[in-house]
Formats: sequence, C-alpha cells, structure tokens
Amino acid sequence: MDAKNIKVAGFGGQGVMMFGQILAYSATKDGINGLWFPSYGPETRGGTANCSVIVSEKQINSPVFKNADHLVAFNLPSLEKFKEHMANKGLVLYNSSLIEEEIKLDNATVVGVPINDIANELGNIKVANMVMMGAYLQLTHLFSDETIEAIIKKILGERKADLVQINKEALEAGKTFVKKLGVKYA
Amino acid sequence: MWETKYEKSAGLTDSKLSYCPGCTHGIVHKLVAEVLVELGILDRSIAIASVGCSVFSYQFFNCDAQQSPHGRACALATGVKRVLPENIVFTYQGDGDLASIGIAETIHAANRGENITVIFMNNAIYGMTGGQMAPTSLIGQRTTTSQDGRDVAHHGNPIKISEMFSTIEGVAYLERVAAYDPKHVINAKRAIKKAFQYQMENKGFTMVEIVATCPVNWGLKPVDAMKWSKEAMEPVFPLGVFKDKGAK
Amino acid sequence: MAKVLMKGNEAIALAAIKGGADAFYGYPITPQNEIPEYLSKHMLANGKVFLQAESEVSAINMVYGAAGAGKRVMTSSSSPGIALKQEGISYITAAELPCLIVSVMRGGPGLGSIQPSQGDYYQATRGGGNGDYHLIVFAPESIQETIDVIKESFDIADYYRNPVMVLVDGLIGQMMESVDFDRPVRERFLPNKDWATTGTKDHPGRRNVANSLYLDPQALENHNIHLNEKYKLIKKNETKFELVNFDNPEYVIVAYGTMARICRSAIEMLKKEGIEVGMIRPITLFPYPEKAFDQIPANAKGILTCELSMGQMLDDVLIANNGRHKVGFFGRAGGMLPDPEEIVAAIKNFNERVVK
Repeated sequence: MDAKNIKVAGFGGQGVMMFGQILAYSATKDGINGLWFPSYGPETRGGTANCSVIVSEKQINSPVFKNADHLVAFNLPSLEKFKEHMANKGLVLYNSSLIEEEIKLDNATVVGVPINDIANELGNIKVANMVMMGAYLQLTHLFSDETIEAIIKKILGERKADLVQINKEALEAGKTFVKKLGVKYA
Repeated sequence: MWETKYEKSAGLTDSKLSYCPGCTHGIVHKLVAEVLVELGILDRSIAIASVGCSVFSYQFFNCDAQQSPHGRACALATGVKRVLPENIVFTYQGDGDLASIGIAETIHAANRGENITVIFMNNAIYGMTGGQMAPTSLIGQRTTTSQDGRDVAHHGNPIKISEMFSTIEGVAYLERVAAYDPKHVINAKRAIKKAFQYQMENKGFTMVEIVATCPVNWGLKPVDAMKWSKEAMEPVFPLGVFKDKGAK
Repeated sequence: MAKVLMKGNEAIALAAIKGGADAFYGYPITPQNEIPEYLSKHMLANGKVFLQAESEVSAINMVYGAAGAGKRVMTSSSSPGIALKQEGISYITAAELPCLIVSVMRGGPGLGSIQPSQGDYYQATRGGGNGDYHLIVFAPESIQETIDVIKESFDIADYYRNPVMVLVDGLIGQMMESVDFDRPVRERFLPNKDWATTGTKDHPGRRNVANSLYLDPQALENHNIHLNEKYKLIKKNETKFELVNFDNPEYVIVAYGTMARICRSAIEMLKKEGIEVGMIRPITLFPYPEKAFDQIPANAKGILTCELSMGQMLDDVLIANNGRHKVGFFGRAGGMLPDPEEIVAAIKNFNERVVK
C-alpha cells in the first residue's frame, strides 16, 4: 500500500477529529504507521475543524502535505477550502445532507453521502461521522471491519458501551449506501 | 576546674558572620541555630538562603543548604519539601526578597499550606545593595531611592506582611516579634521554636516576622538602631500572634 | 511491545515517567498542556510528586529545590514560559543540578501564536539566562525519537550534573503517531548523588550546599573553567546527528525537528527528478554537530539551512561551514508550516536563497 494523505474537515462537533483519529488508531492496530494532527487553537464550539492523517507501511516523513489523496468534507466551507488541494486520482467524500449542489472535480472520484439523513433514520445524529466512515471504508478498503470495530469499542469504553451497536449500524448503513450507488474507487 | 557557661551553638558553622555591628541577623541566626539543635532536627534540616545581606546564611547554618535566586526561596523550599517530606525545610529572607520580588512565591507557598518555616527579617530597607527603599520602608523614611522620604502618594504605604498573611487559610502559625532587647529576643526564640515544632507536626505553613535593624543604612549607631526599631517600626508593625491554628 | 498511537505531549509525559521522573513542577501554557495534565494524574497515582506552580518562575525554582535534593525532576513549558524560566535555568546550571526541561515551541516574539515554530533556537542554545552556561539540547524530529530522548535524558542530566532541554515544536506536541515505548536505553554508569541536600544525617561531617554565588573573582573563574571543561566533555561524548542521503549529494540541507521531516519528503521528491540532495540533521543543538560538515563533498553546490524561523540555526551553520560552501536559507515563521514542495522549489532556486 502506498502512503495515504487524508484530510478530514467540517464543523466542530461533527466528529471530524474522531474520524481522523480512528484512521490513525486503526493503522497502528494493523501494525503500520499512523499520524494524526489537528488544526489546533482556541476554537469556538461550532467553528470549523480539520485534521490531517497519514497512514503508511513505510516510515512517515513530512507530517505536512500539500495535496490530499482523500478528502472527507463534512460541510460546504470545508469542501470549498480543500478541494483545490487534491492529489491526482484522489477521492472526495462529502456530506450531501449539507451540500445540495452536485460536485464534480477533474481527476478525482467524488461521492456524496447524506450522512445526516441516514444517521437521523438510525435515530442518532451523532453517528453521522460513522456513516461517513462506512462509506469511506467501502471505497478505500483501508481497514477491515474487525479493526475499525475494535477501535470504536476501545474509544467508547465501558461508559458508552451501549453505543457500540448503533455505531456498527452506522458503519453498515454507510457501506450499503455506497454499494447501492455502485461507485468503485480502490 | 573550668565550667562551660556559654558556647556557640552547634547549629552554626565556624564561618565568621558577615553582618555589621548592631544588625539583628546575628541574633536571629543564633536563635534559629539553637532551636534546630534543641529540637534535634539540625541533621535533617535544609536551609534556603535568599538574596540580600543574609545571602551567606548558607555558610552559617550548620546544615545542608540551598542558595536561592532573589525572591524564590519559598519555591525552592516547596521543591525540596515535596520530595523530602520527612526533612525540615526553612527559608531565611529579608523584606526586599520576601515582600517585594518574592511576594508571589511566598503567598502561594502559604496558600498551599506548604509545610515549611519562613524566617522573615523586616528591617524596612535594602541592606546589601546599599540602603534603597523597601516595600516595608516607613512613611517619611529617607533611603537612597527615596531621598526626600517615603511618600504615600508616590510610593504607597509600607506593606504589612503578617497582617496580609493572617487571612490565608494555609498558614498554621504566624507571629511578629522583635529583637531589640533581651526580653524580646527570648520571646522571638519561643516563636521560632513554635514554628519549627508546627512543621515537625505537619501543621502547615509557619512564618515568624522579626522587626529587625539596619544601623548602617539607617545611619544610626547600633544602640540607636535598636531604639528606632522599637519606637519607629513597632507602631507600624505591631508585635503579636496573627495566626495560630494550634491554639486552644 | 506493539506500537500505540499517542499524542506527542502525552508521550513526553509517559516517557518521563519511564525515565524515572520523581517530580514535576509546571505552569499551564499552550501548546504543551497535555504534559502536565497527563502527569497530574499519573505521577500522583504512582506516589510521585506533581505540583502546578503559581508561575513559570516559581516552577523552575521548585525544580531547583527538588533537583538539589537529588531527585529526578522536570518541568515543561512553551516559548514565553521558557523565557520566564531563564533565571532559574541559569542558577540550576551554575549550581550543577540535573533536571529535564521540555520546551514545546510556539510562534513569537511576545505572546505570538500557539502554532508550531522553531523561533526559540537561540533561547535554547544561547539562553536568556545570565552568564557562561550551556544546556544539553536535544531536538528530536518525531514522537518516537522524542520518547527515546526523554527516556535517556535523566541519565544524561545526572551524569553531567547539567540540565537537559528537549526542544520540540507545537506540531510534535499536538500530533499523534504510532510509537513504541520499549526501545532500549543506553546504559550509563551513574555516580551516587553524594552532593544532594538531604540533611547531614546522610553524610555526617559534610554539609552539602547548592549554590551559585562566588564573590571572589578567582573562585568564580575557576568555576567557569570547570563548567567549560564539562561542556567540552559533553561536546566530545554527546554530539548527535544523522546524515540523510549522503552519497555524493549535489546540495545539502541542514534542518532539525519537524522541519527535517518535511525536508525528508522533499529529498525523496527531488530524487525522483534526478537531483540528489543530502541532509545533516542535528539531533543535539548543543553540542552542535560541526564535524558533520566535514563530510560534505568539496564539489557540493551549496548548503540550504531550513528552519521554522527567520534564521537562527543559520548562525551555527555558518560557523560550522567556515566559508567552505555557499550557504542559503529557507524559513517560514509565525506558525506557518511549509509543504515539501516549497523546499523542492528552494533547492531548485538555490542561488536566490544564498545568504553567504
């Protein structure tokens, strides 16, 4: 596997940072290298948030990259900001519940997933990021279900163990949505 | 037959004291040294010397010592006491060191109830640097940096440390004493002893403020300096126990 | 042990515990707050000392006290906070007390920003404290290397009776990487701390004093000479650097910390284009690896110093180069991080970058 540079962005509170961390945790669990870094600062609740993730079998050099292989955009401002910085043949995954217009980019596979709507149907808007994760994994096949579920379980801990089930359902719903679309990326 | 009637305390080294005639540092050094010996804690004591005339106290107290940056004695003492809670830790500080540059370190050590003892020598002037105004200098007192006398409108009033610290919860024992005559010297020793006893009993922060002298920078003869500390300083810095958590 | 994903600041804290930290004294400042937060929980839980001081000034002096008492003690801070600690650092160095100081650099001067920077190279290697003194300064490039260095730092500090500073930028503090805490640490013979102020009961007949006052000029000069001999020994024994892609390089980059990692990617990109660029990566900033510069081929076209500052290590590069090659500079500051493409462009336009 070549190293993957991944940018995740959205509003604070959408689970953007967690999305990125799960990828880095999964890489570490699978015995490859993971690197996560946040845009950090005295940020207001509800403001924008983004993080960079690199997963790589080889040693990770620069933590900073100019162009992302994958962009996961949870809202329109994030999509607008980062879509200009895509590597050739990249993947753009966006939240079509909040981005109504159809997005087309040269040299990139673009997939919209209505993660808020799907999460609301499942009964918990907070799992929208895991709907996105399911869709992302269905397209990239970066990590197995087993790995991701183990990480989610660990992050939720005993205190929130009752939320494991709905997170699993969210992952599955994201995957199913992409399968139905029939889009293939990797 | 020879009989020993008086000898230098084992709590002091053989180093020659660097203090001027009529200065109360010598007296208070002796009191602290005697107390450490009498309480049997000399060999587990760590003295924290400050910056000012008493900077060399690390050479005089016959125990382990650390020499602190100006004003930071209570921070050093905290650092030592937290890692060596079984040891006795005390600072020896003047008014410039404690009440001016080191007031934050001192207040917070007191507020945390650090189990240390502070010997605070208040002589209302900077001695070592040559007689500049101190935060405790009296109204009207002429110093090399207040040559027309301390002026409230310009410099503010003398800061009253014992009164201030009496409001702090972490303080276990706080007394202001004097050293201008034998009766007061004996009383000062009692206060110092009590402070160290409280530390041995882990009661919290203890401080003894001593109304002290500086004949050279006050421009007075030793006897007149003792008189001035009684007649001019004591009314501004009244003696007494400001806090005693152990009192019945 | 399997690798774990950990945030840089928390990894620093855990590595310090594994290195044998007995006490931590510090004061909050971004972007290093996860260090004291982690330690506040884990030091106390293990019967060790953690204390949040009222200021950086106080914290470093608490470090002085505990180091004088012979304990393994540390503090951490970021740029303006390290500035406040300089007084204490000078005293600790003068009194020859060992301790660990972690500096997580942010943008400056003044209140600056909280984003990553390398603007405190001078602060770490030249110091803001008074007098002739040096810290042993490590500048790791990754969380893994930071862990390895921190685990060894108390041994090094104890061995030389000198503070060790571990200098990273806010990015290393804030990012997460897959790391291994069980890599071996070099074994050193460490003499007993028979100088510690623990009370004369532990060393009858001798008073131990931690002191930096020498009013007699000859006595102070003797102390200065003694310290200088120690720094020479440190230079001889502890200088550390890495040479990257050093097979007859056309250009040589000199960079440390996060900037060195960015440059690694640039070097790979340039290689694909047939341009061979090597890198000298200082791991210790004091002592500075001047000897590494002797390995630059005589026909190299130039040296490009890359920093997250307006040019501070550049001074040491110029000293080490000693006029042998053209020296250029590339820097970003204020918390701005360059991508590897910017370094690629700087090498390609080296002549525009030449400063001497």
